Amino acid sequence: MDFKRVKDYFYWLYFQYLLITCSYVLEPWERSMFDTILVTVLAMVLYTAYVFIPIHVRLAFEFFSQMFGGQPESTI
Amino acid sequence: MANPSAVCNGHLHHHQKQNNLLKSGISKKNGIAKGIKKNGVSNGSLSKKAFIEHFEQAPMYVAVLTFVGFGVGTIFGYLRDFMRAWGLEKRNIATEREQQKDFVPLYQDFENFYTRNLYMRLRDNWNRPICSVPGPQFDLMERVTDDYNWTFRFTGRTIKNVINMGSYNYLGFAETDANALKTVAKELQKYGTGVCSSRQEMGTLDKHVELEQLVARFLGVEAAMVFGMGFATNSMNIPALVGKGCLILSDELNHTSLVLGARLSGATIRIFKHNNMQSLESLLRDAIIYGQPRSRRAWRKIIILVEGIYSMEGSIVRLPEIVALKRKYKAYLYLDEAHSIGAVGATGRGVVEYFGMNPDDVDVLMGTFTKSFGAAGGYIAGKKDLVDFIRTHSHSAVYATSMCPSVAEQIIRAMKCLMGLDGTTQGLQRVQKLGKNTRYFRRRLHEMGFIVYGNDDSPVVPLLLYMPGKIGAFSRRMLEKNIGVVVVGFPATPIAESRARFCVSAAHTREMLDTVLNALDELGDFLQLKYSRYSKAAHPELYEETRCELED
Repeated sequence: MDFKRVKDYFYWLYFQYLLITCSYVLEPWERSMFDTILVTVLAMVLYTAYVFIPIHVRLAFEFFSQMFGGQPESTI
Repeated sequence: MANPSAVCNGHLHHHQKQNNLLKSGISKKNGIAKGIKKNGVSNGSLSKKAFIEHFEQAPMYVAVLTFVGFGVGTIFGYLRDFMRAWGLEKRNIATEREQQKDFVPLYQDFENFYTRNLYMRLRDNWNRPICSVPGPQFDLMERVTDDYNWTFRFTGRTIKNVINMGSYNYLGFAETDANALKTVAKELQKYGTGVCSSRQEMGTLDKHVELEQLVARFLGVEAAMVFGMGFATNSMNIPALVGKGCLILSDELNHTSLVLGARLSGATIRIFKHNNMQSLESLLRDAIIYGQPRSRRAWRKIIILVEGIYSMEGSIVRLPEIVALKRKYKAYLYLDEAHSIGAVGATGRGVVEYFGMNPDDVDVLMGTFTKSFGAAGGYIAGKKDLVDFIRTHSHSAVYATSMCPSVAEQIIRAMKCLMGLDGTTQGLQRVQKLGKNTRYFRRRLHEMGFIVYGNDDSPVVPLLLYMPGKIGAFSRRMLEKNIGVVVVGFPATPIAESRARFCVSAAHTREMLDTVLNALDELGDFLQLKYSRYSKAAHPELYEETRCELED
């Protein structure tokens, strides 16, 4: 029974996605095309984020700590 | 403009005027009504009745997502057009012939693009054929499409007893009850159906004269003239009243019939913001100060075109302020009461009665019989001089066929019922039922959290949907629940504000309204339509004064 509720919830989420992006009005092959392109773009964005964001955060942290550097690190 | 010696229909109007005065209980002296007044004063200040209108704006993300939706639709529209142009897809719509390919293109503008690519995908929600009287419930013919709305076929089944929330049946006079239609059937047998002539030739029947006198008496004016079609009343009579050298000040959201009439007349047209008195006043001042564009002469006539209830917004015109402005700047007022006659006012006499004003304040009263009277046609009412002029100079009177006599009888019996002349209080009961239904429906919708536009007293209820995908989903799912609604999108409304428009009727019972409201509640949660940030459930203390409605 709980499985059905989960399935209904995911169907509702998918339906919201269809309404928001106006895919509800598209024909099935257009919908598949749109879905594919969107998933591809999202995958590329996530991969780029995974690869580059930690490096950028580390560099930014080093840059800012250098600027305020020279202050004695507290060892207490 | 006057034709003083006309005694067109051979009737004297003196006794009728006395009837009007006795009926309304107001004695007139110098045009100022003294004595008994209903609400407030008629010298232009706002009447004491609260004027509450809502035009809430949706949160920003809704507008963003709407445009995202339209963007996706547009991109796929270009893709499909490309495929059609290169022969990858069959062309179902109108295109030029092969020999005309090098001519100026006919179908490239945005309107045709929109129709081909966006409207066609949702087309099954409009033009649904019905096969019964459009009362509170009706029957629909079921139709399906095999090729995504390019063609339809009927399955042969009828969907029975669909609750009708789309017809303009405000007082419930669209009925098939044999008892109620007795006189109409009798007139049908006596006169037949066709008149076969225009008003000025052989088409003025005694039924028309009777109807015109009744309309004048109902509205409290000197005379009236009726026409066969409401749209034609506006578009064919405004050119008779104004011409070149006149100025028309027209509301932003006026109906197409008013716009068409204004353009046909050849007068200069200026638009003021919807129901915005500051905009109207500044236009009037500019008109009086600067006169006509190049010659700087005074305008021959300045006429203000407004509607009683605007059908897409559900807002009511600010009549007392407009009348004050018109008196101050000496302009004329043309009031189109298509949706408000019969639907607002304590006894159903329209916005003039709603604000407690004198019908003499409005120069030209126009209305239609299509909405509240269950018939077809329109009227123009006002001073006798005006109506006599229209009888001789209107295009509709000269060229258009006059109203069918059994339709005229339907209006006569509906109007007599409203005025109480048939000996019952049924008319007044209908008006009060409509008022109750309207207030109940609007209050519940506001409580549920939907964004609803318009005045609290208007029976036209637009519920905002915003996103193009939701238009189709809403209409289809409501039909599955056996409720018929009208959804409207671009170009009838601004592009980001598509809506579903409900028309409350006096014939709807409380159970029908509750069914519809429960379905709306469910669908509102499913489609996420409850955008309002000011729902009454959140702020009950701010809305106490509107809670005093008559309970059963």
